[in-house]
Amino acid sequence: MDTTTTATHGASSGTRGTKGPPFLAASPSGGAAARTASASTLVLEVIGWPGHLAGQHVDVRLTAPDGYQAARSYSLAAPTDGDRIEITVQRVPDGEVSSYLADEARDGDVVEVRGPVGGWFVWKPEDSGPVLLVAGGSGVVPLMAMIRSRDGVSPAPFRLIYSVRTPQDRIYDHELRRRATQDGGLEVAFLYTRTVPDGETRSVGRITAEDLIAYGWPADVKPTCYVCGPTAFVETVSDLLVGLGHDPAMIKTERFGPSGP
Amino acid sequence: MNIFTRGFRGRKRDSSGQLPPGQYLTDDFPVLSAGPTPRISLDAWEFTVTTEQGESHRWSWAELMALPAESVTVDVHCVTRWSKLDTVWRGVSLDTLLTDIETEADFALVHSYGGYSTNLPLEDLLGGKAWVAYEYEGEELAPEHGAPARLLVPHLYFWKSAKWVRGIDLMVQDSPGFWEQLGYHDYGDPWREQRYQGD
Repeated sequence: MDTTTTATHGASSGTRGTKGPPFLAASPSGGAAARTASASTLVLEVIGWPGHLAGQHVDVRLTAPDGYQAARSYSLAAPTDGDRIEITVQRVPDGEVSSYLADEARDGDVVEVRGPVGGWFVWKPEDSGPVLLVAGGSGVVPLMAMIRSRDGVSPAPFRLIYSVRTPQDRIYDHELRRRATQDGGLEVAFLYTRTVPDGETRSVGRITAEDLIAYGWPADVKPTCYVCGPTAFVETVSDLLVGLGHDPAMIKTERFGPSGP
Repeated sequence: MNIFTRGFRGRKRDSSGQLPPGQYLTDDFPVLSAGPTPRISLDAWEFTVTTEQGESHRWSWAELMALPAESVTVDVHCVTRWSKLDTVWRGVSLDTLLTDIETEADFALVHSYGGYSTNLPLEDLLGGKAWVAYEYEGEELAPEHGAPARLLVPHLYFWKSAKWVRGIDLMVQDSPGFWEQLGYHDYGDPWREQRYQGD
């Protein structure tokens, strides 16, 4: 895939041969910003955060009293806001780091973060072309950062297709509904795989080519496509997009395994 | 300064010495790819090694299958922190593929169907350290794991083990590949935790 993207974070701007990006102390701030049964959003205050692009991740490291450490990577859910970063953590069974972050971390606790990480699955406000975002479950997190980064800054037309099990699993539910009416040029479609809300005309089911035709962009519009979710979801959607004539080089994917970190 | 995270105890510690620093064990085989899975028919598949002189050496699928294969059991370590121990692969050693190729190159840039690339020193492909693998755990590779063949370089982070491999350019100068241009480490030794540039 042709890459014209270059990482812009401090770690990669000519620091080869020196130390990599440092771990920075970070503290949860303001309580859990939003919660569903399966996911929890945390705002972290990070002194010296270098800034990031929508779609990038951060490594979060925890240290036990005996010095044991565990780190995992999380997508950043919001654009750069000074020293504040936002992550949304999906609880996974036996998730060593996610369980702590989702259920245990309180304001003032200290964790460490390192980043930003990843320079491919990113959207920049100067990218003015149409964008298709396709999310499965918590795969919406980096796509939400793109939607939030766009607000008031870019006229790029965005369409989000967001597949969830049930209405209760919609992360950022109220904000997405508000933005769908207020953010000009943003369209949002929810798909449900288990239970639909009252008044929903599409029946329960996994995403299909018809959904991508109905709620996405025609291939000849040449949108940049960002697909994020569990592996099977991403494989299905990216295959469908290629089948509908989208250029594989315009389809960026990010995958979370069903029992990922 | 030591930072402790209140209330965090962590899982049981790895005492086997088989896990590089910062890694955790998984029994899954997670899939991480930057784009759609390319589908390559065996009839159209070929593997090309191009020297710094521009001389190309090509193998068809049938020619690859005719080469002596090895079965190897190795640990793999992904930069996203999962590790998988004792994975079993079958493929052709790069020593076999490169044996008759005259080159002064020190570096290799590996290319994949679908456009992915990754770079590494040529010596990391030689000496029984790298294979073009086409079976995993006794089965053909799955498409999302690199079918029909992927590079296997298990002593480096797994992004160096390019899926859907189509060829290798041998080069006098190092040239960064896909992730290496996007902030990831040029070499990627898991035991030295070389995740990001500058590590």
